[in-house]
Amino acid sequence: MTPTAALDVAGLAKTYAGHGEPVEAVRDLTFRLDKGELVCIVGPSGAGKTTLLRCVAGLLETTGGRISLDGAPVTGPPAGMAVVFQEYGRSLFPWLTVRRNVELPLREKGLSRAERTAKVDAALDSVGLRDSADAHPWQLSGGMQQRVAIARAVAYEPSVLLMDEPFAAVDAQTRADLEDLVRRLWRRLGVTVLFVTHDIDEAVYLGERVLVLSNRPTVVLEDVRIDLPDDRDQLATRSAPRFAELRSHVYGLIQLAKQGHRPDTA
Amino acid sequence: MIRRALVALGLPAVLIVLWWLLSANSTSFFWPPLSDIVAAFPRTWTADPIRNDVLPSLARLAAGYLTALVAGVAAGTAIGSSRTLRSLAEPALEFLRAVPPPVLIPVIALFAGYTGWTAKVIAIALGCVWPILLNTVEGVRSLDEVLRDTARSYRLGRSATLRHVVLRGSSPLIATGARQALSIGVILMVVSELFGANRGLGAAIVQFQRGFAIPQMWTGIVLLGLLGVTLSGLFRLVEHRYLAWYRGLRQAERGV
Repeated sequence: MTPTAALDVAGLAKTYAGHGEPVEAVRDLTFRLDKGELVCIVGPSGAGKTTLLRCVAGLLETTGGRISLDGAPVTGPPAGMAVVFQEYGRSLFPWLTVRRNVELPLREKGLSRAERTAKVDAALDSVGLRDSADAHPWQLSGGMQQRVAIARAVAYEPSVLLMDEPFAAVDAQTRADLEDLVRRLWRRLGVTVLFVTHDIDEAVYLGERVLVLSNRPTVVLEDVRIDLPDDRDQLATRSAPRFAELRSHVYGLIQLAKQGHRPDTA
Repeated sequence: MIRRALVALGLPAVLIVLWWLLSANSTSFFWPPLSDIVAAFPRTWTADPIRNDVLPSLARLAAGYLTALVAGVAAGTAIGSSRTLRSLAEPALEFLRAVPPPVLIPVIALFAGYTGWTAKVIAIALGCVWPILLNTVEGVRSLDEVLRDTARSYRLGRSATLRHVVLRGSSPLIATGARQALSIGVILMVVSELFGANRGLGAAIVQFQRGFAIPQMWTGIVLLGLLGVTLSGLFRLVEHRYLAWYRGLRQAERGV
């Protein structure tokens, strides 16, 4: 492990004991994110993407392998990590205003009131929601609610940001805006991002690398480097020939994964 | 606003007018004309009975109710948070809930005495605690998994999770239990004084009845009704303030 690794996952395995038959969800996942990378994970539905993310977030106990964040092993939710969940409507506290939602984790960090206000204002500015600070989440549209969740993660100043299919439940135009927001924030803040999605286009558009997962029990099928220019644009990037090539390549991999193709049986 | 007030007051006004008219020429000893009852009201509820009957009754209600609220929310949170505790406690809770609280009054009186405050406060608290406890258990248990995960991933401490997530998230159900408990509390406040107490609102009504002071007895019943309305009004005021977010959320969900 070189000192620049932000997130290092080695041999991650997760088997659900449950009632009756144990279910092997994740068999052997190994990958690493260098500091400041934006990596997307795609896989066929039911590939254990959420299991993987919950394990990495320290919310779920693993049954094998090692996860380390900035060199320290992850045993519970680590301090340097923030998670943006898919279900924005259920991840924001409906009894708190937007401002208080973003502020709550900072209070736990023991920051002074002035520091908190400054960080919350900056985070809300960065997602364009300064004007809605005193609204409650349920007064906002879905896309705006997810922006609040992103602002909360940004204000927390994590070294690794995990995003679990964050835009799966918003409409296409909002989704494009939010994708660009994530790229912008990532480049400005230099945070390491692990972005889980089922959307191949989204993965290729956002990522510097795309990890394609096999079906259950999950392993990494291929680590695809996305050699598109850093300045991405919804129109220009998506109509570039290289984008189409990468997209078809990942699409092909997903089709293979669905048919049960695995790297060791190739 | 005025329209709503008129609608709310319409039926009570009609009932009072009906009572007034139907009882106007009553010669029945047990059903005095409403005009007699109204005339008896200021003579009956002077400073002395208010200080020595009404206020002590209300103080006992407050003590019992608040004890039940604290105990019910505390125990309910503990039981709701732990699956093991829940499976252990649930059968016993179902049984205890099914026991009508007034039945307990003579039992409590056996060891806490008939005349003092203790037995009455315990009776009120024991009656009020079940709806609060059971609703808190349900509220804590049904708290959204994603909210819990969010609290965990942002490393909220135990007390912050309890205060900002668990209790706030279960507050709509806790309020439901507390509202049910309030009416049970008023009932028990009266019933606990029917067994051998000499002072208190309930005791006063019984004494008027035994002394054949029938209009005075009726004034006591009217006073109880007015207290009930006032208490539920206060409750709604508090609920309105603390659960504004919940009403908004529900409206937003229905609107989608």
